[in-house]
Amino acid sequence: MEWANAIVQGIVTGGFYALFACGLSLMFGVMGIINLAHGDLAIIAAYVAIALIPSTHLPMVWAFVVVVPIFAVGGYVVQRTLLQASLDRSPFTTLLVAFGMSVIIENVLLEVFSANGQSITIGTLITKSFSLNSTITISYFSVIVLAVAIMVLGGIQLFLSRTATGRLVRAVADDREAAQLVGANYRHVFGIAAAIAFATVALAGLSYGMLTEFVPTSGVTTLLFAFESVVIGGIGNVWGTLVGGVVLGVAQQIGAQINPAYQILAGNLVFLAVLAVRPRGLFGMRTA
Amino acid sequence: MSEKAVSAALLEVRGLTVYHGQLRALDNIDLAVATGETYAIIGANGAGKSTLLRTIVGLHEPKSGHVVLDGRDITREAPDRRLAAGVALVPEGRRLFPSLTVEENLLVGMHKARPGTFDMKRVSELFPWIPDRRKQRASQLSGGEQQAVAICRALLANPRVLLLDELSLGLAPIVVRRIYEVLPALVAEGLTILLVEQDVAQARQIASQVHCLLEGRTSLTGRPDEVTAEQIEEAYFGVGALPVSASAADPGG
Ligand SMILES: Nc1ncnc2c1ncn2[C@@H]1O[C@H](COP(=O)(O)OP(=O)(O)O)[C@@H](O)[C@H]1O
Ligand SMILES: [Mg+2]
Repeated sequence: MEWANAIVQGIVTGGFYALFACGLSLMFGVMGIINLAHGDLAIIAAYVAIALIPSTHLPMVWAFVVVVPIFAVGGYVVQRTLLQASLDRSPFTTLLVAFGMSVIIENVLLEVFSANGQSITIGTLITKSFSLNSTITISYFSVIVLAVAIMVLGGIQLFLSRTATGRLVRAVADDREAAQLVGANYRHVFGIAAAIAFATVALAGLSYGMLTEFVPTSGVTTLLFAFESVVIGGIGNVWGTLVGGVVLGVAQQIGAQINPAYQILAGNLVFLAVLAVRPRGLFGMRTA
Repeated sequence: MSEKAVSAALLEVRGLTVYHGQLRALDNIDLAVATGETYAIIGANGAGKSTLLRTIVGLHEPKSGHVVLDGRDITREAPDRRLAAGVALVPEGRRLFPSLTVEENLLVGMHKARPGTFDMKRVSELFPWIPDRRKQRASQLSGGEQQAVAICRALLANPRVLLLDELSLGLAPIVVRRIYEVLPALVAEGLTILLVEQDVAQARQIASQVHCLLEGRTSLTGRPDEVTAEQIEEAYFGVGALPVSASAADPGG
């Protein structure tokens, strides 16, 4: 039954990874940006929450309502300025700029908030859990995160497949120049995609800050898990990202079950195995 | 009306010079396309035909010169603004959105549509097979079908000038003929067409004006019935290619 527990916990963690990963996948799928600062952006969201919310006297859960829109607007602005300017030069410049952003964010956070661990305290919800049976106990909060992840991914999927703007995003992702020929301002479309990506990364960062303690450099590990989820699931496939997150989460929990030291290693091994057998990921479809 | 008299052309290119890095792809090109006219650019591979059309829609920035639509200088406008102004390009190689369905490709073509006669119903009349195939991915279509959808995608924006870059590229002659068959119907609706074609016979047959490019320069312009096959051949391949002047070492210039 311990194995069943490992799998259940893995699935729940996987939802969290998928929430982290979908913004990364979107930025790469639409703009071709490998956003090395993705994890750090999530951590900024958590710090913004602890810096802003206490002064408003709102309950901490309101961080979602306040920080997510700020990040959406910020995503649009950063894309239209810094990232677009890098893209206009070259993909390599963009990679370096993202790396630079990551370094700067970590150092500024260290300077402002110190290296002491912090967390977003939301009261008793975080400790509440329910039992499926004698060995499987699941925390309410992680189920909520899983549900949010599924809703966010479903929402993105619906947006892309059913709305006119989503259709334009796919067209721009397919062929930027041809999209210009039908009248699309691709820079604006990039901005929209970045706004969505930043909003989801804020959601992920806030959830992370509520689930566990974080420090200014926590973004590096979260980036790794997000990246692995995207690659396992297959780039450009929304539901693939969820499966990728779940596969990674389950692999890590099973590894930890064998030996707690194997948790991260097991995830990395599954990642490498998928990469070796299916370089495009489990659901990769980017072949015309 | 008096303003129109000054410049009767709907689309005008004045002194256009375009570089690709060090390469001068177009050198001081002038042309004027009148409303309702079908104007053909001909020339060998690499002559600069695609560069000309792409510069007109704003995908390349000219070193000097102007692009003028109905008296308005659009040289500095972004491609999406030019589409809104009424210039649409069917690019070389079709360039449909491969992961979108036929219908989605057409809907994307409509998203900044000007008011006009072309809607889904009208383009389905031009190519009656389209409604049945609308849920298919564009990448699953044959080359000729993709070309048809690419034309419809541009038409749905209701352009004033339609630019067509080598419709016949890579297509079987019978397919090419079927695609060219729809052009007279478009002209009849008042559309102005600027097309690029390597097939000189095809161009002469359909156009009211031909304009030959040779290594980025204008080598011949005229009505198809004014110019002889020899003149075209000379303008197309350059003087050096003709046996008569094979001794003339200086290509002129
Ligand atoms: N994007 C580009 N970058 C560099 N050179 C280009 C580019 N596009 C075209 N060229 C060069 O410019 C010349 C004209 O090309 P093009 O306009 O495509 O000719 P055509 O359509 O008549 O075959 C060719 O020598 C081609 O190699
Ligand atoms: Mg060409």
